[in-house]
Amino acid sequence: MVALLRERLPDLDLEVTEFRGEVTAIVPAGRAFDALLALRGAPDWTPVLTDLTAIDRFPAEPRFEVVYLLTGYAPPVRLRVKARLPGDAPVIASVTGLWSGANWLEREAYDMFGIRFEGHPGLTRILMPDDWEGHPLRKDFPLTEEPVQFNGHTPKVPSAIIPKSPPRR
Amino acid sequence: MPDSRTEPLTINMGPQHPATHGVLRLLLDLEGEVIVGTRPIIGYLHTGFEKEMENRTYHQNIVFPARIEYLATFIEEMAYVTAVEKLLGITPPPRAQVARIILAELSRIASHLVWLGSSAIDVNVSSGFMYCLQDREQILDILEMASGQRMMHGYFRIGGLHRDLPEGFEARVRRLAEGLAARVDEYDSLLTDNLIWRRRLEGVAVLTPQAALAYGCTGPILRGSGVNYDVRKAFPYGGYEQFEFDVPLGKNGDAFDRYIIRLEEMRQSRRIILQALDRLPGGPVIVDDRKIALPPRGELVRGMEAVIHQFKLVSEGLHPPVGEVYAAVESPRGEKGYYLVSDGSNRPARVRVRAATFNNLQALPAMVYRGFIADVVVAIASLDVVLGDVDR
Repeated sequence: MVALLRERLPDLDLEVTEFRGEVTAIVPAGRAFDALLALRGAPDWTPVLTDLTAIDRFPAEPRFEVVYLLTGYAPPVRLRVKARLPGDAPVIASVTGLWSGANWLEREAYDMFGIRFEGHPGLTRILMPDDWEGHPLRKDFPLTEEPVQFNGHTPKVPSAIIPKSPPRR
Repeated sequence: MPDSRTEPLTINMGPQHPATHGVLRLLLDLEGEVIVGTRPIIGYLHTGFEKEMENRTYHQNIVFPARIEYLATFIEEMAYVTAVEKLLGITPPPRAQVARIILAELSRIASHLVWLGSSAIDVNVSSGFMYCLQDREQILDILEMASGQRMMHGYFRIGGLHRDLPEGFEARVRRLAEGLAARVDEYDSLLTDNLIWRRRLEGVAVLTPQAALAYGCTGPILRGSGVNYDVRKAFPYGGYEQFEFDVPLGKNGDAFDRYIIRLEEMRQSRRIILQALDRLPGGPVIVDDRKIALPPRGELVRGMEAVIHQFKLVSEGLHPPVGEVYAAVESPRGEKGYYLVSDGSNRPARVRVRAATFNNLQALPAMVYRGFIADVVVAIASLDVVLGDVDR
Protein backbone atom coordinates (compact mmCIF):
# COMPACT_ATOMS: atom_id res chain seq x y z
CA MET A 1 0.00 0.00 0.00
CA VAL A 2 2.90 2.28 0.74
CA ALA A 3 4.27 1.50 -2.72
CA LEU A 4 0.95 2.57 -4.18
CA LEU A 5 1.10 5.81 -2.25
CA ARG A 6 4.60 6.47 -3.59
CA GLU A 7 3.47 5.70 -7.12
CA ARG A 8 0.38 7.93 -7.05
CA LEU A 9 1.91 10.87 -5.23
CA PRO A 10 5.59 10.87 -6.19
CA ASP A 11 6.19 14.33 -4.70
CA LEU A 12 4.78 13.33 -1.29
CA ASP A 13 7.17 13.71 1.63
CA LEU A 14 6.59 10.24 3.07
CA GLU A 15 8.10 8.65 6.15
CA VAL A 16 7.45 4.95 6.75
CA THR A 17 8.05 3.12 10.03
CA GLU A 18 7.40 -0.46 11.01
CA PHE A 19 6.96 -1.82 14.52
CA ARG A 20 5.75 -5.33 15.43
CA GLY A 21 4.72 -5.87 11.84
CA GLU A 22 2.49 -2.79 11.70
CA VAL A 23 3.22 -0.23 9.01
CA THR A 24 2.79 3.47 9.71
CA ALA A 25 3.00 6.08 6.95
CA ILE A 26 3.64 9.60 8.19
CA VAL A 27 2.53 12.26 5.74
CA PRO A 28 2.63 16.08 5.95
CA ALA A 29 -0.57 17.49 7.45
CA GLY A 30 -1.35 19.55 4.37
CA ARG A 31 -1.26 16.48 2.14
CA ALA A 32 -3.08 14.05 4.44
CA PHE A 33 -6.35 14.35 2.54
CA ASP A 34 -4.65 13.74 -0.80
CA ALA A 35 -2.84 10.72 0.56
CA LEU A 36 -6.04 9.22 1.99
CA LEU A 37 -7.88 9.95 -1.24
CA ALA A 38 -5.16 8.18 -3.22
CA LEU A 39 -5.30 5.20 -0.85
CA ARG A 40 -9.08 5.02 -1.00
CA GLY A 41 -9.07 4.89 -4.76
CA ALA A 42 -6.73 1.91 -4.90
CA PRO A 43 -8.06 -0.57 -7.47
CA ASP A 44 -7.73 -3.82 -5.52
CA TRP A 45 -8.10 -2.34 -2.04
CA THR A 46 -11.12 -0.44 -0.80
CA PRO A 47 -10.13 0.53 2.69
CA VAL A 48 -12.52 1.31 5.51
CA LEU A 49 -11.72 4.01 8.02
CA THR A 50 -11.64 1.82 11.11
CA ASP A 51 -10.44 4.46 13.49
CA LEU A 52 -9.46 8.09 13.65
CA THR A 53 -7.79 9.48 16.72
CA ALA A 54 -5.03 11.76 17.89
CA ILE A 55 -1.97 11.61 20.10
CA ASP A 56 -0.75 14.47 22.26
CA ARG A 57 3.05 14.58 22.47
CA PHE A 58 3.12 17.50 24.90
CA PRO A 59 5.54 19.23 25.45
CA ALA A 60 7.23 18.12 22.22
CA GLU A 61 6.66 20.04 19.03
CA PRO A 62 4.91 19.31 16.64
CA ARG A 63 2.57 18.44 19.42
CA PHE A 64 -0.35 16.53 17.89
CA GLU A 65 -0.49 13.50 15.68
CA VAL A 66 -3.71 12.65 13.89
CA VAL A 67 -3.92 8.91 13.28
CA TYR A 68 -6.04 7.26 10.59
CA LEU A 69 -6.35 3.51 10.78
CA LEU A 70 -7.37 2.01 7.45
CA THR A 71 -8.47 -1.60 7.01
CA GLY A 72 -8.88 -3.39 3.72
CA TYR A 73 -11.17 -6.39 4.02
CA ALA A 74 -10.22 -8.54 1.03
CA PRO A 75 -7.38 -9.33 1.42
CA PRO A 76 -7.15 -8.22 5.06
CA VAL A 77 -4.58 -5.42 5.38
CA ARG A 78 -4.16 -2.69 7.93
CA LEU A 79 -2.35 0.57 7.38
CA ARG A 80 -1.88 3.47 9.71
CA VAL A 81 -1.54 6.98 8.33
CA LYS A 82 -0.33 9.78 10.56
CA ALA A 83 -0.08 13.52 10.19
CA ARG A 84 1.72 15.82 12.60
CA LEU A 85 0.18 19.11 13.69
CA PRO A 86 1.56 22.08 15.60
CA GLY A 87 0.48 22.80 19.17
CA ASP A 88 -1.15 26.16 18.53
CA ALA A 89 -4.28 26.11 16.38
CA PRO A 90 -4.06 22.56 14.99
CA VAL A 91 -6.10 22.29 11.78
CA ILE A 92 -6.39 19.44 9.29
CA ALA A 93 -8.71 18.70 6.37
CA SER A 94 -11.78 16.65 7.18
CA VAL A 95 -12.22 13.23 5.57
CA THR A 96 -15.99 13.07 6.04
CA GLY A 97 -16.28 13.30 2.26
CA LEU A 98 -14.34 10.05 1.91
CA TRP A 99 -15.99 8.05 4.69
CA SER A 100 -19.24 9.15 6.34
CA GLY A 101 -18.12 7.33 9.46
CA ALA A 102 -15.41 9.95 9.97
CA ASN A 103 -18.08 12.39 11.14
CA TRP A 104 -18.33 11.26 14.76
CA LEU A 105 -14.68 10.24 14.95
CA GLU A 106 -13.56 13.73 13.96
CA ARG A 107 -16.01 15.30 16.37
CA GLU A 108 -14.54 13.12 19.10
CA ALA A 109 -10.98 14.15 18.23
CA TYR A 110 -12.08 17.78 18.24
CA ASP A 111 -13.82 17.34 21.58
CA MET A 112 -10.95 15.53 23.26
CA PHE A 113 -7.93 17.28 21.72
CA GLY A 114 -9.18 20.52 20.22
CA ILE A 115 -8.04 19.66 16.72
CA ARG A 116 -10.14 21.43 14.10
CA PHE A 117 -11.21 19.55 10.99
CA GLU A 118 -11.69 21.89 8.08
CA GLY A 119 -14.76 21.11 6.01
CA HIS A 120 -16.53 19.06 8.67
CA PRO A 121 -20.32 19.49 8.38
CA GLY A 122 -20.93 20.14 12.07
CA LEU A 123 -17.88 20.24 14.26
CA THR A 124 -19.38 20.26 17.76
CA ARG A 125 -18.60 18.48 20.99
CA ILE A 126 -19.84 14.93 21.12
CA LEU A 127 -18.88 13.35 24.44
CA MET A 128 -18.44 16.36 26.72
CA PRO A 129 -21.15 18.92 27.52
CA ASP A 130 -21.36 21.84 25.07
CA ASP A 131 -20.17 24.37 27.65
CA TRP A 132 -17.16 22.34 28.78
CA GLU A 133 -13.89 24.25 28.92
CA GLY A 134 -10.71 22.66 27.65
CA HIS A 135 -10.02 19.37 25.92
CA PRO A 136 -9.74 16.47 28.37
CA LEU A 137 -7.33 14.17 26.59
CA ARG A 138 -4.65 16.83 26.22
CA LYS A 139 -1.70 16.05 28.44
CA ASP A 140 -1.84 19.45 30.16
CA PHE A 141 -5.46 18.82 31.18
CA PRO A 142 -5.02 17.32 34.65
CA LEU A 143 -6.71 14.15 35.84
CA THR A 144 -8.41 15.14 39.07
CA GLU A 145 -10.98 13.67 41.34
CA GLU A 146 -14.31 15.42 41.59
CA PRO A 147 -14.70 17.01 45.05
CA VAL A 148 -17.14 15.01 47.16
CA GLN A 149 -19.72 16.83 49.28
CA PHE A 150 -18.28 15.70 52.61
CA ASN A 151 -16.51 17.76 55.23
CA GLY A 152 -12.82 17.19 55.61
CA HIS A 153 -12.37 15.44 52.27
CA THR A 154 -9.46 16.66 50.24
CA PRO A 155 -9.53 15.65 46.60
CA LYS A 156 -6.45 13.81 45.47
CA VAL A 157 -4.75 13.94 42.13
CA PRO A 158 -4.75 10.36 40.87
CA SER A 159 -1.99 11.02 38.38
CA ALA A 160 0.34 11.96 41.20
CA ILE A 161 -0.01 8.59 42.92
CA ILE A 162 1.97 6.64 40.38
CA PRO A 163 5.05 8.58 39.41
CA LYS A 164 5.85 8.34 35.74
CA SER A 165 9.22 6.71 35.51
CA PRO A 166 11.62 7.77 32.76
CA PRO A 167 12.00 5.40 29.82
CA ARG A 168 14.65 2.72 30.17
CA ARG A 169 17.10 2.55 27.33
CA MET B 1 -59.37 24.99 6.36
CA PRO B 2 -57.53 27.52 4.25
CA ASP B 3 -53.79 27.53 3.72
CA SER B 4 -52.73 24.56 5.84
CA ARG B 5 -49.01 23.95 6.19
CA THR B 6 -47.05 20.98 7.43
CA GLU B 7 -43.71 20.97 9.12
CA PRO B 8 -41.70 18.17 10.71
CA LEU B 9 -42.44 17.44 14.34
CA THR B 10 -39.37 16.92 16.49
CA ILE B 11 -39.67 14.56 19.42
CA ASN B 12 -37.21 13.30 22.00
CA MET B 13 -36.66 9.63 22.61
CA GLY B 14 -34.59 9.11 25.73
CA PRO B 15 -32.15 9.80 27.39
CA GLN B 16 -33.83 7.32 29.71
CA HIS B 17 -36.09 5.12 27.67
CA PRO B 18 -36.54 1.37 28.03
CA ALA B 19 -35.74 0.91 24.36
CA THR B 20 -32.56 2.98 24.24
CA HIS B 21 -30.67 0.37 26.29
CA GLY B 22 -28.91 2.93 28.44
CA VAL B 23 -28.47 6.68 28.35
CA LEU B 24 -28.98 7.49 24.70
CA ARG B 25 -31.05 10.38 23.50
CA LEU B 26 -32.52 10.44 20.03
CA LEU B 27 -33.99 13.51 18.39
CA LEU B 28 -36.50 12.25 15.85
CA ASP B 29 -37.93 14.45 13.11
CA LEU B 30 -41.33 13.12 12.13
CA GLU B 31 -43.43 13.83 9.11
CA GLY B 32 -46.71 12.38 10.19
CA GLU B 33 -45.66 8.98 11.42
CA VAL B 34 -42.61 8.72 9.21
CA ILE B 35 -39.13 9.48 10.45
CA VAL B 36 -37.24 11.89 8.22
CA GLY B 37 -34.32 12.67 10.50
CA THR B 38 -32.54 11.12 13.47
CA ARG B 39 -29.89 12.77 15.58
CA PRO B 40 -28.39 10.48 18.21
CA ILE B 41 -26.98 12.41 21.17
CA ILE B 42 -24.41 10.53 23.20
CA GLY B 43 -21.92 11.30 25.92
CA TYR B 44 -24.17 11.06 28.97
CA LEU B 45 -22.09 8.22 30.32
CA HIS B 46 -18.67 9.53 29.34
CA THR B 47 -16.33 8.25 32.03
CA GLY B 48 -12.95 9.19 30.60
CA PHE B 49 -11.48 5.70 30.67
CA GLU B 50 -8.87 6.60 28.08
CA LYS B 51 -7.53 9.37 30.29
CA GLU B 52 -7.60 7.11 33.33
CA MET B 53 -5.67 4.44 31.52
CA GLU B 54 -3.02 6.91 30.43
CA ASN B 55 -2.37 7.71 34.08
CA ARG B 56 -1.92 4.18 35.38
CA THR B 57 0.58 1.42 34.82
CA TYR B 58 -0.01 -1.33 32.30
CA HIS B 59 -0.89 -3.85 35.00
CA GLN B 60 -3.31 -1.56 36.77
CA ASN B 61 -5.21 -0.92 33.55
CA ILE B 62 -6.47 -4.50 33.43
CA VAL B 63 -9.46 -3.47 35.55
CA PHE B 64 -10.79 -0.97 33.01
CA PRO B 65 -11.69 -2.94 29.85
CA ALA B 66 -14.42 -4.97 31.55
CA ARG B 67 -15.97 -1.78 32.86
CA ILE B 68 -15.97 -0.06 29.47
CA GLU B 69 -18.08 -2.77 27.90
CA TYR B 70 -19.73 -4.68 30.66
CA LEU B 71 -21.54 -7.44 28.79
CA ALA B 72 -18.68 -9.29 27.11
CA THR B 73 -16.14 -8.78 29.83
CA PHE B 74 -13.59 -11.47 29.03
CA ILE B 75 -13.43 -10.44 25.38
CA GLU B 76 -12.64 -6.89 26.47
CA GLU B 77 -9.91 -8.04 28.80
CA MET B 78 -8.51 -10.15 26.02
CA ALA B 79 -8.39 -7.11 23.73
CA TYR B 80 -6.33 -5.05 26.16
CA VAL B 81 -4.05 -7.87 27.25
CA THR B 82 -3.39 -8.89 23.64
CA ALA B 83 -2.44 -5.31 22.79
CA VAL B 84 0.07 -5.08 25.65
CA GLU B 85 1.50 -8.48 24.74
CA LYS B 86 1.93 -7.32 21.17
CA LEU B 87 3.69 -4.21 22.42
CA LEU B 88 6.04 -6.32 24.53
CA GLY B 89 6.45 -8.95 21.83
CA ILE B 90 5.54 -11.92 24.02
CA THR B 91 3.19 -14.88 23.61
CA PRO B 92 1.33 -16.45 26.53
CA PRO B 93 1.74 -20.20 27.17
CA PRO B 94 -0.57 -22.55 25.21
CA ARG B 95 -2.76 -23.43 28.21
CA ALA B 96 -3.45 -19.75 28.87
CA GLN B 97 -4.33 -19.16 25.23
CA VAL B 98 -6.84 -21.98 25.03
CA ALA B 99 -8.35 -21.08 28.41
CA ARG B 100 -8.74 -17.49 27.20
CA ILE B 101 -10.58 -18.65 24.11
CA ILE B 102 -12.98 -20.76 26.20
CA LEU B 103 -13.73 -17.85 28.52
CA ALA B 104 -14.02 -15.34 25.68
CA GLU B 105 -16.48 -17.49 23.76
CA LEU B 106 -18.52 -18.05 26.91
CA SER B 107 -18.63 -14.27 27.26
CA ARG B 108 -19.80 -13.95 23.70
CA ILE B 109 -22.68 -16.34 24.30
CA ALA B 110 -23.58 -14.51 27.53
CA SER B 111 -23.57 -11.18 25.71
CA HIS B 112 -25.69 -12.47 22.84
CA LEU B 113 -28.14 -13.89 25.37
CA VAL B 114 -28.58 -10.45 26.93
CA TRP B 115 -29.06 -9.02 23.47
CA LEU B 116 -31.62 -11.68 22.55
CA GLY B 117 -33.51 -11.24 25.78
CA SER B 118 -33.55 -7.46 25.73
CA SER B 119 -34.48 -7.18 22.08
CA ALA B 120 -37.21 -9.74 22.65
CA ILE B 121 -38.57 -7.54 25.41
CA ASP B 122 -38.48 -4.56 23.01
CA VAL B 123 -40.74 -6.53 20.69
CA ASN B 124 -42.91 -7.61 23.63
CA VAL B 125 -41.72 -11.20 24.03
CA SER B 126 -41.12 -10.76 27.74
CA SER B 127 -40.83 -14.45 28.56
CA GLY B 128 -37.81 -14.64 26.23
CA PHE B 129 -35.99 -12.23 28.49
CA MET B 130 -36.45 -14.51 31.47
CA TYR B 131 -35.25 -17.59 29.62
CA CYS B 132 -32.18 -15.81 28.26
CA LEU B 133 -31.11 -14.34 31.58
CA GLN B 134 -31.57 -17.73 33.21
CA ASP B 135 -29.13 -19.23 30.73
CA ARG B 136 -26.75 -16.31 31.12
CA GLU B 137 -26.71 -16.88 34.87
CA GLN B 138 -25.33 -20.36 34.29
CA ILE B 139 -22.53 -18.91 32.16
CA LEU B 140 -21.78 -16.23 34.72
CA ASP B 141 -21.52 -18.98 37.35
CA ILE B 142 -18.76 -20.57 35.31
CA LEU B 143 -16.99 -17.26 34.77
CA GLU B 144 -17.20 -16.67 38.49
CA MET B 145 -15.82 -20.13 39.15
CA ALA B 146 -12.72 -19.27 37.12
CA SER B 147 -12.12 -15.69 38.15
CA GLY B 148 -13.97 -15.15 41.42
CA GLN B 149 -16.04 -12.33 39.94
CA ARG B 150 -19.25 -12.41 38.00
CA MET B 151 -18.60 -9.46 35.71
CA MET B 152 -15.51 -7.35 36.50
CA HIS B 153 -13.16 -10.28 36.40
CA GLY B 154 -9.61 -8.96 36.15
CA TYR B 155 -8.53 -12.55 35.54
CA PHE B 156 -6.36 -12.14 32.46
CA ARG B 157 -2.84 -10.98 33.05
CA ILE B 158 -0.23 -9.58 30.72
CA GLY B 159 1.41 -12.79 29.54
CA GLY B 160 -1.24 -15.26 30.69
CA LEU B 161 -3.80 -15.76 33.40
CA HIS B 162 -3.98 -14.81 37.05
CA ARG B 163 -4.06 -18.45 38.13
CA ASP B 164 -4.89 -21.84 36.72
CA LEU B 165 -8.45 -22.87 35.90
CA PRO B 166 -10.17 -24.42 38.92
CA GLU B 167 -10.79 -28.12 39.32
CA GLY B 168 -13.97 -29.34 37.69
CA PHE B 169 -14.01 -26.40 35.27
CA GLU B 170 -13.83 -28.51 32.14
CA ALA B 171 -16.62 -30.84 33.20
CA ARG B 172 -18.83 -27.91 34.04
CA VAL B 173 -18.26 -26.12 30.74
CA ARG B 174 -18.97 -29.38 28.91
CA ARG B 175 -22.22 -29.81 30.79
CA LEU B 176 -23.24 -26.25 29.92
CA ALA B 177 -22.30 -26.66 26.26
CA GLU B 178 -24.43 -29.80 26.04
CA GLY B 179 -27.51 -28.05 27.33
CA LEU B 180 -26.86 -24.93 25.31
CA ALA B 181 -27.44 -26.49 21.91
CA ALA B 182 -30.97 -27.44 22.84
CA ARG B 183 -31.62 -24.01 24.36
CA VAL B 184 -30.49 -22.16 21.23
CA ASP B 185 -32.69 -24.44 19.12
CA GLU B 186 -35.54 -23.62 21.47
CA TYR B 187 -35.03 -19.86 20.99
CA ASP B 188 -34.83 -20.50 17.29
CA SER B 189 -38.17 -22.26 17.19
CA LEU B 190 -39.71 -19.83 19.66
CA LEU B 191 -38.86 -16.72 17.66
CA THR B 192 -37.99 -17.63 14.07
CA ASP B 193 -41.36 -19.28 13.50
CA ASN B 194 -43.17 -16.51 15.32
CA LEU B 195 -45.18 -14.43 12.87
CA ILE B 196 -45.17 -11.28 15.01
CA TRP B 197 -41.40 -11.49 15.47
CA ARG B 198 -40.86 -11.87 11.75
CA ARG B 199 -43.20 -9.03 10.80
CA ARG B 200 -41.48 -6.71 13.24
CA LEU B 201 -37.97 -7.58 12.11
CA GLU B 202 -38.06 -8.46 8.43
CA GLY B 203 -37.25 -5.58 6.13
CA VAL B 204 -36.79 -3.21 9.08
CA ALA B 205 -33.66 -1.13 9.77
CA VAL B 206 -32.06 -2.07 6.48
CA LEU B 207 -28.44 -1.12 5.99
CA THR B 208 -26.82 -1.54 2.59
CA PRO B 209 -23.30 -2.99 2.46
CA GLN B 210 -22.01 0.30 1.01
CA ALA B 211 -23.44 2.30 3.90
CA ALA B 212 -22.20 -0.22 6.45
CA LEU B 213 -18.66 0.07 5.06
CA ALA B 214 -18.79 3.86 4.84
CA TYR B 215 -19.81 4.12 8.48
CA GLY B 216 -17.16 1.64 9.55
CA CYS B 217 -19.70 -0.78 11.01
CA THR B 218 -18.35 -4.14 12.13
CA GLY B 219 -19.62 -7.31 13.71
CA PRO B 220 -23.11 -8.70 13.11
CA ILE B 221 -24.19 -5.33 11.62
CA LEU B 222 -21.64 -5.57 8.81
CA ARG B 223 -22.08 -9.31 8.37
CA GLY B 224 -25.84 -8.87 8.29
CA SER B 225 -25.31 -6.69 5.22
CA GLY B 226 -23.37 -9.51 3.62
CA VAL B 227 -19.77 -8.32 4.05
CA ASN B 228 -17.55 -11.15 5.19
CA TYR B 229 -15.32 -9.65 7.85
CA ASP B 230 -14.60 -11.29 11.17
CA VAL B 231 -11.47 -10.20 13.04
CA ARG B 232 -10.98 -13.79 14.21
CA LYS B 233 -10.62 -14.88 10.58
CA ALA B 234 -9.07 -11.79 8.99
CA PHE B 235 -6.45 -10.95 11.64
CA PRO B 236 -6.28 -14.06 13.87
CA TYR B 237 -5.20 -13.44 17.45
CA GLY B 238 -4.73 -15.62 20.51
CA GLY B 239 -4.66 -18.86 18.54
CA TYR B 240 -8.04 -18.55 16.80
CA GLU B 241 -6.47 -19.68 13.53
CA GLN B 242 -6.31 -23.24 14.93
CA PHE B 243 -10.06 -23.49 15.43
CA GLU B 244 -12.73 -24.45 12.98
CA PHE B 245 -15.79 -22.26 12.85
CA ASP B 246 -17.99 -20.59 10.26
CA VAL B 247 -18.80 -16.92 9.87
CA PRO B 248 -22.53 -16.54 9.24
CA LEU B 249 -23.52 -13.93 6.66
CA GLY B 250 -26.79 -12.18 5.93
CA LYS B 251 -28.26 -11.04 2.63
CA ASN B 252 -30.78 -8.30 3.24
CA GLY B 253 -29.03 -6.32 5.98
CA ASP B 254 -32.23 -6.05 8.01
CA ALA B 255 -32.86 -6.67 11.70
CA PHE B 256 -33.97 -10.23 11.01
CA ASP B 257 -30.66 -11.12 9.36
CA ARG B 258 -28.78 -9.77 12.35
CA TYR B 259 -30.93 -11.88 14.63
CA ILE B 260 -30.22 -15.02 12.61
CA ILE B 261 -26.50 -14.22 12.55
CA ARG B 262 -26.29 -13.81 16.32
CA LEU B 263 -28.15 -17.08 16.89
CA GLU B 264 -25.74 -18.82 14.57
CA GLU B 265 -22.77 -17.15 16.29
CA MET B 266 -23.88 -18.68 19.58
CA ARG B 267 -23.79 -22.10 17.95
CA GLN B 268 -20.36 -21.39 16.46
CA SER B 269 -19.06 -20.22 19.84
CA ARG B 270 -20.24 -23.47 21.35
CA ARG B 271 -18.39 -25.31 18.61
CA ILE B 272 -15.18 -23.41 19.42
CA ILE B 273 -15.59 -24.10 23.13
CA LEU B 274 -15.96 -27.84 22.54
CA GLN B 275 -12.88 -27.88 20.33
CA ALA B 276 -10.92 -25.91 22.90
CA LEU B 277 -11.93 -28.26 25.71
CA ASP B 278 -10.66 -31.21 23.69
CA ARG B 279 -7.26 -29.67 23.19
CA LEU B 280 -6.74 -27.84 26.50
CA PRO B 281 -3.05 -28.54 27.17
CA GLY B 282 -1.33 -28.70 30.54
CA GLY B 283 1.53 -26.55 31.69
CA PRO B 284 1.96 -23.07 33.07
CA VAL B 285 -0.62 -20.34 32.57
CA ILE B 286 1.64 -17.29 32.63
CA VAL B 287 4.97 -16.43 31.03
CA ASP B 288 8.07 -17.21 33.03
CA ASP B 289 9.50 -13.69 32.91
CA ARG B 290 9.92 -11.87 36.20
CA LYS B 291 10.03 -8.50 34.45
CA ILE B 292 6.49 -9.01 33.13
CA ALA B 293 4.60 -11.41 35.39
CA LEU B 294 4.57 -11.53 39.17
CA PRO B 295 6.68 -14.34 40.65
CA PRO B 296 4.77 -17.33 42.02
CA ARG B 297 3.66 -17.07 45.61
CA GLY B 298 5.93 -19.89 46.80
CA GLU B 299 9.03 -18.18 45.50
CA LEU B 300 8.39 -15.06 47.56
CA VAL B 301 9.09 -16.78 50.86
CA ARG B 302 12.26 -18.42 49.56
CA GLY B 303 14.22 -15.82 47.70
CA MET B 304 15.02 -12.14 47.99
CA GLU B 305 15.16 -11.79 44.23
CA ALA B 306 11.49 -12.69 43.86
CA VAL B 307 10.56 -10.12 46.49
CA ILE B 308 12.46 -7.42 44.63
CA HIS B 309 10.79 -8.33 41.33
CA GLN B 310 7.38 -8.34 42.99
CA PHE B 311 8.05 -4.93 44.55
CA LYS B 312 9.29 -3.39 41.31
CA LEU B 313 6.38 -4.76 39.29
CA VAL B 314 3.74 -3.62 41.75
CA SER B 315 5.17 -0.19 42.50
CA GLU B 316 6.58 0.74 39.12
CA GLY B 317 5.22 -1.69 36.57
CA LEU B 318 6.82 -2.68 33.32
CA HIS B 319 8.59 -0.65 30.68
CA PRO B 320 7.62 -1.60 27.11
CA PRO B 321 9.80 -0.45 24.23
CA VAL B 322 8.99 2.79 22.40
CA GLY B 323 6.42 2.12 19.74
CA GLU B 324 2.76 1.76 19.01
CA VAL B 325 0.49 -1.18 18.34
CA TYR B 326 -3.12 -1.78 17.45
CA ALA B 327 -4.65 -5.05 18.51
CA ALA B 328 -8.26 -5.86 17.78
CA VAL B 329 -10.56 -8.67 18.80
CA GLU B 330 -13.98 -9.69 17.55
CA SER B 331 -16.34 -8.64 20.29
CA PRO B 332 -20.06 -9.50 20.10
CA ARG B 333 -20.57 -5.99 18.73
CA GLY B 334 -17.75 -5.95 16.23
CA GLU B 335 -14.13 -4.95 16.06
CA LYS B 336 -12.90 -3.86 19.48
CA GLY B 337 -9.38 -2.53 19.25
CA TYR B 338 -6.82 -1.13 21.62
CA TYR B 339 -4.31 1.29 20.17
CA LEU B 340 -1.43 1.68 22.60
CA VAL B 341 1.35 4.20 22.22
CA SER B 342 4.35 3.67 24.46
CA ASP B 343 6.99 6.29 25.08
CA GLY B 344 9.14 3.81 27.00
CA SER B 345 7.97 4.78 30.48
CA ASN B 346 5.80 2.77 32.87
CA ARG B 347 2.55 4.35 31.74
CA PRO B 348 1.07 4.31 28.24
CA ALA B 349 1.38 7.64 26.42
CA ARG B 350 -1.90 7.05 24.65
CA VAL B 351 -4.62 4.46 25.03
CA ARG B 352 -7.24 4.57 22.35
CA VAL B 353 -10.25 2.30 22.61
CA ARG B 354 -11.73 1.64 19.21
CA ALA B 355 -15.30 0.84 20.15
CA ALA B 356 -17.47 -1.08 17.74
CA THR B 357 -20.78 0.33 18.99
CA PHE B 358 -19.62 3.91 18.44
CA ASN B 359 -19.34 3.34 14.70
CA ASN B 360 -22.39 1.10 14.53
CA LEU B 361 -24.59 3.66 16.25
CA GLN B 362 -23.56 6.25 13.69
CA ALA B 363 -25.40 4.25 11.06
CA LEU B 364 -28.70 4.45 12.98
CA PRO B 365 -30.05 7.51 11.08
CA ALA B 366 -29.46 5.69 7.79
CA MET B 367 -31.22 2.59 9.14
CA VAL B 368 -34.40 4.18 10.37
CA TYR B 369 -34.84 6.77 7.61
CA ARG B 370 -38.49 6.69 6.45
CA GLY B 371 -39.39 4.16 9.12
CA PHE B 372 -41.69 4.39 12.12
CA ILE B 373 -40.93 4.95 15.79
CA ALA B 374 -41.60 1.28 16.43
CA ASP B 375 -38.86 0.55 13.89
CA VAL B 376 -36.42 2.73 15.85
CA VAL B 377 -36.97 0.41 18.79
CA VAL B 378 -36.21 -2.60 16.62
CA ALA B 379 -33.21 -0.86 15.04
CA ILE B 380 -31.63 -0.03 18.40
CA ALA B 381 -32.30 -3.55 19.60
CA SER B 382 -30.69 -5.03 16.50
CA LEU B 383 -27.66 -2.75 16.89
CA ASP B 384 -27.05 -4.22 20.35
CA VAL B 385 -25.81 -0.95 21.80
CA VAL B 386 -23.84 -0.84 25.01
CA LEU B 387 -23.58 2.80 25.97
CA GLY B 388 -20.49 2.19 28.06
CA ASP B 389 -18.84 1.13 24.84
CA VAL B 390 -20.08 4.20 22.96
CA ASP B 391 -19.09 6.81 25.52
CA ARG B 392 -16.09 5.08 27.06
